[in-house]
Amino acid sequence: MITAIVLNGFRALRRDRGALILSFILPIAFFSIFGMVFGGRRSTGTPRVSVLLVDEDHSAASERLMRGLRRESSLVATTRPETKKGESAPPEYTAATAETAVKQGIAPAALIIPQGFGANPVAFGPGGTRKAIRILHDSSDPVAAQVLAGMLQKVVMTSLPDTMAASGMRYFEQSSGGLTSEQRKNIESGLSHLRERSEKRDRDESPSAANQDNSLGGLVAVEVRDVVGENKRSPMISFYAAGVGVMFLLFTASGAGGSLLDEAENGALDRILSARVSMTTLLAGKLAYCTLLACLQLTLMFLWGAAVFHLDLFAHLPGFFVMTIATSFAVASFGMLLASVARTRAQLGAVSTLIILTMSAVGGSMFPRFLMPEMMQKAGLLTFNAWAIDGYTKVFWRDEPVSHLAPQVAVLIGSGVALFLIARRFARKWEYV
Amino acid sequence: MAAPPQAGERTIPLQIDCVVKRFGALTAVDGVSLVADRTCLGLLGPNGAGKSTLIRAIAGRVRLDSGTVRVFGQQANSAAARAELGWAPQEVALYALLTCRENLEAFGRYQGLRGKALRDAVQWCLEWAVLADRANVPVKALSGGMRRRLNMAAGIIHRPRLVLLDEPTVGVDPQSRNRIFEMVEDLRNQGTTVIYTTHYMEEAERLCDSIAIIDHGRIIAQGAKEELVAQSFGGRSDVLMHFAACTPNVASWASARGGDMKDGIAHFSIEQPTAIATLLDAAAREGLEVIDVTLRRPNLESVFLQLTGRELRQ
Repeated sequence: MITAIVLNGFRALRRDRGALILSFILPIAFFSIFGMVFGGRRSTGTPRVSVLLVDEDHSAASERLMRGLRRESSLVATTRPETKKGESAPPEYTAATAETAVKQGIAPAALIIPQGFGANPVAFGPGGTRKAIRILHDSSDPVAAQVLAGMLQKVVMTSLPDTMAASGMRYFEQSSGGLTSEQRKNIESGLSHLRERSEKRDRDESPSAANQDNSLGGLVAVEVRDVVGENKRSPMISFYAAGVGVMFLLFTASGAGGSLLDEAENGALDRILSARVSMTTLLAGKLAYCTLLACLQLTLMFLWGAAVFHLDLFAHLPGFFVMTIATSFAVASFGMLLASVARTRAQLGAVSTLIILTMSAVGGSMFPRFLMPEMMQKAGLLTFNAWAIDGYTKVFWRDEPVSHLAPQVAVLIGSGVALFLIARRFARKWEYV
Repeated sequence: MAAPPQAGERTIPLQIDCVVKRFGALTAVDGVSLVADRTCLGLLGPNGAGKSTLIRAIAGRVRLDSGTVRVFGQQANSAAARAELGWAPQEVALYALLTCRENLEAFGRYQGLRGKALRDAVQWCLEWAVLADRANVPVKALSGGMRRRLNMAAGIIHRPRLVLLDEPTVGVDPQSRNRIFEMVEDLRNQGTTVIYTTHYMEEAERLCDSIAIIDHGRIIAQGAKEELVAQSFGGRSDVLMHFAACTPNVASWASARGGDMKDGIAHFSIEQPTAIATLLDAAAREGLEVIDVTLRRPNLESVFLQLTGRELRQ
């Protein structure tokens, strides 16, 4: 008896492609995505933190620190903007231009070595007169500043061991009442040895060597400032409103587009098309409905964000409307495409769940893309989620003007038009029997 | 291809010429030619005979392999033909979550109605379908019969001159069926040409002026009911004899006299009613006990059986 029930279950499952997709393909797809983001870093590469470096000091110590930072494998350190084709190299970043670049999202953090740093880079004990290294960061990427600050301490230890030891000895000498000449001679010998090791590693320029050499110790003053979100009341709320919003918009659009399949199944589509309605008109009407529905959904989400999480919606209305219309149109077109490709409601449900959850994971709706390996971050650009989140981030996080949304709007509207045309092509199957 | 109608020429509501439609190896409609001229034409045939495909071809929803379908002289899928044509599909092709009124408004708009014309048409349809008191009830809350009536109303909201009703009484209780018959008769009385498909003989006999019998995609007989019966049976009648015991002797006895056994009943076809006495005498001589005899004039069911060798509802 039980065998018969089990057999029936497997036979039905074998013939239900939707259930097969949800049972086996979706979990594997998600396992792979999460594995690539959080577990498979050996094969896909550790996500590296981009940092802009500014040396205002130009001392021996600051230059050694800059070299040490550039050697770090977990950092992508740059000192000047990218050189455009056919143009000469732009000037190196200054503190001001680096701050602007961070605000524009070019890099999540900048590190500025201030003038006078080299005079007393490392100090122990109270009353030190160290110049603090400044880290300017964008708190929409909370990882970058933490990684950079940690890396800075490590690099100081490994790049300036002699300076650190000398500073330590000065502090010891002051507090212990002085050293004998024998003690001073031994210490000088040790410091000389440290300097040689450090210089040898500088010549070697091997990141792995730098990473492995953790035997030396020290401290440096660091001042961290959030240059983008310092005046924001709810730093990440716009990110989550956009991310979660787009994911559910995709589900809604797919469901709304599925009304085509309902109409095809119950004969209403035949009746409509035998009236004065063409297939193009019908699809355009469905697209308009899905777009309006998506606009309403996003508006409700952001209003909720404003009411409950203090999202500053009303100061960003133009950008919000531009992004909402573009995102809604693209998502609605995608829903129309899914519905026109599917043959049944059940098939639509299974396929759209697989595609939408995958898109949302890769596109940054579930976790920020900066956590992902570079390859996945690039793959994310194939999804609506990534472009929509980037656009909303520009509006609400970076306070950028509407004109700066051109790339996001162009991609969303352009792909929306393309998807609608493809959906129209697939919808020919309903035009005539 | 037939030429478009000239000015002043009276156009025929429906003219089908040599229509062929294949689905792969299956020929669903096989060279059908048909004319419907201000009548209620019954399209009769068993399930799978090709009725619905032919109806969809008239509605311009089928890409024909050959042949033409003209509605008031216009090619079936043209805008002019669509304006003249109303269609109630076999399925209840409505929006289940919308109310009766909202459904009618939607299908009225699809037919180009707006404003007062739309409101008037909706109200007329609600009254025609006897659904005025259910105007604001969602379709999903209606009974099967009410849905069928609304399905018909949605098909004629633009008051077309040719209406296709594809098995409109499937799954309907007797009371609603009668109401549907009255609705069809109402359309006929208004001069609308109705094409009515069914596999219920009694519906065709009640509603249709002429009948086309379709089987395996072909029209195998066409004409008024009386003509079809006369063509198939002349003046003959059916005699049905029930016996006390249905034995092999009964079957061989019936077979020897040109009859056949069906469901334990012997069927005979006779020219004159007096032949019944001859049959009763013969049965008595053989010692077969007859418990009931029925004399029946052949009907469309008999015609279909005669022409195809099958029951209509098989």
